[in-house]
Amino acid sequence: MEMTTNYYSIGSIDECLVQVGRVVIIEGHEIAIFRTTDGNVYALENKSPHPKGGPLAEAIVSEHYIYDPLYDWKIDLTSGAVQAPDTGQVATYPVIVKNEEIQVGLYA
Amino acid sequence: MQTPKREKLVVIGNGMAGISTVEQILKLSDSFDITVFGSEPHPNYNRIMLSYVLEGSKTVDDIVLNDWSWYKDNRITLHTTTTVKRIDAVNKQVTTDNGVTEGYDKIIIATGSNPFILPIPGSDKEGVVGFRDISDCNQMLDASQKYNKAVVIGGGLLGLEAAKGLVNLGMDVTVVHLMDDIMERQLDHSASSMLQAELERQGIKFAMGRQTSELIGENRVSGLRFSDGSVLDAELVVMAVGIKPNIGLAKDSGMEVERGIVVDDYMRTSFEDVYSVGECTQHRGVCYGLVAPLFEQGHVLAKHICGVDTLPYEGSIVATKLKISGVDVFSAGEFVEGPEHTVISAKDEWKRTYKKVLLRDNVIVGAVLFGDVTESSNLQKLIKQQSEMTDDIYNTVMGTGCCGGGAKKQSSVETMADDEIVCGCNGITKKTIVDVITDQGLTTVDEIKACTGATRSCGGCKPVVEQILQYVLGDGFKVASKQGICGCTSLDRDEVVAEITAKGMTTTREVMNVLGWSNAEGCSKCRPAINYYLGMIYPESYEDEKESRFVNERMNANIQKDGTYTVVPRMYGGITTPEDLKKIAEVSLKYDVKVVKVTGGQRLAMIGVAKGDIPKVWEELNMPSGYAYAKSLRTVKTCVGSQFCRFGTQDSMAMGELLERKFERLDLPAKFKYAVNGCPRNCAEACTKDIGIVGNDGGWEIFIGGNGGIKPRIADSFCKVKTDEELIEICGAIMQYYRETGKYLERTSEWVERIGLTQIQSAILDNLDNRKELVDRIEIALQQVEDPWRKMLNDGKTRTALYEDSKSAILVE
Repeated sequence: MEMTTNYYSIGSIDECLVQVGRVVIIEGHEIAIFRTTDGNVYALENKSPHPKGGPLAEAIVSEHYIYDPLYDWKIDLTSGAVQAPDTGQVATYPVIVKNEEIQVGLYA
Repeated sequence: MQTPKREKLVVIGNGMAGISTVEQILKLSDSFDITVFGSEPHPNYNRIMLSYVLEGSKTVDDIVLNDWSWYKDNRITLHTTTTVKRIDAVNKQVTTDNGVTEGYDKIIIATGSNPFILPIPGSDKEGVVGFRDISDCNQMLDASQKYNKAVVIGGGLLGLEAAKGLVNLGMDVTVVHLMDDIMERQLDHSASSMLQAELERQGIKFAMGRQTSELIGENRVSGLRFSDGSVLDAELVVMAVGIKPNIGLAKDSGMEVERGIVVDDYMRTSFEDVYSVGECTQHRGVCYGLVAPLFEQGHVLAKHICGVDTLPYEGSIVATKLKISGVDVFSAGEFVEGPEHTVISAKDEWKRTYKKVLLRDNVIVGAVLFGDVTESSNLQKLIKQQSEMTDDIYNTVMGTGCCGGGAKKQSSVETMADDEIVCGCNGITKKTIVDVITDQGLTTVDEIKACTGATRSCGGCKPVVEQILQYVLGDGFKVASKQGICGCTSLDRDEVVAEITAKGMTTTREVMNVLGWSNAEGCSKCRPAINYYLGMIYPESYEDEKESRFVNERMNANIQKDGTYTVVPRMYGGITTPEDLKKIAEVSLKYDVKVVKVTGGQRLAMIGVAKGDIPKVWEELNMPSGYAYAKSLRTVKTCVGSQFCRFGTQDSMAMGELLERKFERLDLPAKFKYAVNGCPRNCAEACTKDIGIVGNDGGWEIFIGGNGGIKPRIADSFCKVKTDEELIEICGAIMQYYRETGKYLERTSEWVERIGLTQIQSAILDNLDNRKELVDRIEIALQQVEDPWRKMLNDGKTRTALYEDSKSAILVE
């Protein structure tokens, strides 16, 4: 099965503060956008993999990791993988930054 | 390579004993197909924490140990709400109550126990419950909504925890006990009476030495009749007289049972390939009803079943801890003295502490602690190892020596068996801890926690883990053990602050870079800490880093578990106006606030504000932030005082308001609470505040270091002053001294103990120049603060980035 990815422009990179998450809603998906100090931008589903859930956008960001705001789980922004000793996985979305404009990909 | 034959393991009982054994098995082998049957509809939960659920400090979800996905991830077939009725050892299969038949190669029975219901008339009435599982807990929670009078029959561990839970739920609770002493199976008379007095203070009533002969009432219970004919009203009766091992299945299947299912030292029952573990089990004539033995049994069983060499299980030393907040009781081993014992005891009726250690032929055989249980894990170990009493141990345990103990502690860890469980909550053995230290080069308790989970749940085993670390690292320990402020550095708080000052570093990134942090941008522990230290050192020039603040401090509101927020405006000194109340009411209605709650700090919290509405709520309230989310001055609790109260000697409301206005908004190492009282009746509870002030006829008395939270501490008297000016000055000096010497997140209760009351007094009371300098510095810092809500409302870009979800995504063609 072939999957196509649709990209959505969510605005200028300036609108995202460095190391402060931002929530965007695309086609009903709540997505947390993180801009790291090295200039990269990552997109994760805004939902903690912790059994009790909760948002991720308000996490503390350090390099390409975040510490979830409610339970302090450490999550890798590049893969969405929860770091030991906890386990779990957050859905990630592809991101392209083109001419200062952030585009987030959703599988069609 | 030869694939080992897969065996089918059936576990009967989905509780702590069965599942912790399964966890151990999974660590040792993957050659079992595991099926678990449980009678309750829940996944495995921490039954010993049920009392917290009843008390309201935890929810059912909080106490789940293995959630549904754990079973899935480990490919375990789980049948909940299913009870196994029979084991057919001939055909090697089990049959359940819903008619399912399942074959097995091996079985572990872990059916636990049932509450013992007194066989008296009326015990089957509605409103009579045990205290054993979530369903009992729910029945009690329900009853507390509809009824007022509760009776708990049984003054043991479980009964007292149930009683305290019901008191917290607002019920009028009497504990009926057959004996003259509560917890007589764990405590001696002295400890028991101190405990009873403490629980009476907390609102539990007692009817001692009473035997219940009948429960009276129509369908629902309405009271108890005692053997002397007297009657006690009750709308809810909790039976907590004991437990009986759940042996029905074993008995029906023809297994050897006595009080429990009889097992040998490898947990084998009289049926081949059938094992039993936990409270349903009888080992060497003993049925255990506490959690530690079941972990120990599970460890031996798991190894045995997986074919790993293990020492036999030879029984457990039982230790007891009561889980009621604010009441610390511990007992282990022999606790009632006889002529053969040498007794060491210390009773302090003022501090309400009691310690007793029993020796037989100089060997430590038992102990009882009340009030101060810091030595409990140490004593438990000493008893288990049958250690001889020495001067060092005496000094450590009885707290009379100042430097004894260290060397001896080390050797007690040394003699600990490899498979002895150190962390009872997570079943972590000494060997697991030793292995991660040696194999992975771990050097701190935090690293061990991250790697193994030890100390993660209740934290009670932390001293032992520390001792193991010390023992394994030997001379290397001194260097390595110096606790860095987090896993990113080995530098401690004082070193970090000294380096920042000496090198003039000005951002968190620079600090981490220059001081060689292992993670360039730090972690969730050190980033907020360094941000605080920088702000404390350079109050005038440091630019606060929003991205280094915890969510609550960044958002200036308290996040709730569903991602909504709580907004708490200031109500200086706990005094409000009809106009402000009206505003709060109107805004709450307009933004559909879920709950308006009166907080513990005498103000109102608007709970459940959507993130996007927060700035609008602030704008329309037009009131200053109450800093309910911050490491800063939270509230100043006041009594009515001399303005209205006939006993009042000082104007506590005015002084409280003044202090709150003066010291609000300043960053502190941790949250900070004040109380101001108009007279020594102390209605605003100065003793549990960071700074507590008590008015008297000639001035004020200042108390510091009180805490009413997780680790309660009564405040120490700091000094008495005659004038209001002096009061404000000394309060400012104390706060600044705390700002400058406190560790980030360290409450004053811990700070006072670490720095020492006399040191703080000499810095502020004896050295007047120093006091003045402290006051000057806090005044400079206070000049920099501004209301964060107002500031955010004026900063459109940050406001949008932080609070507003972007909904303007456009598909790129």
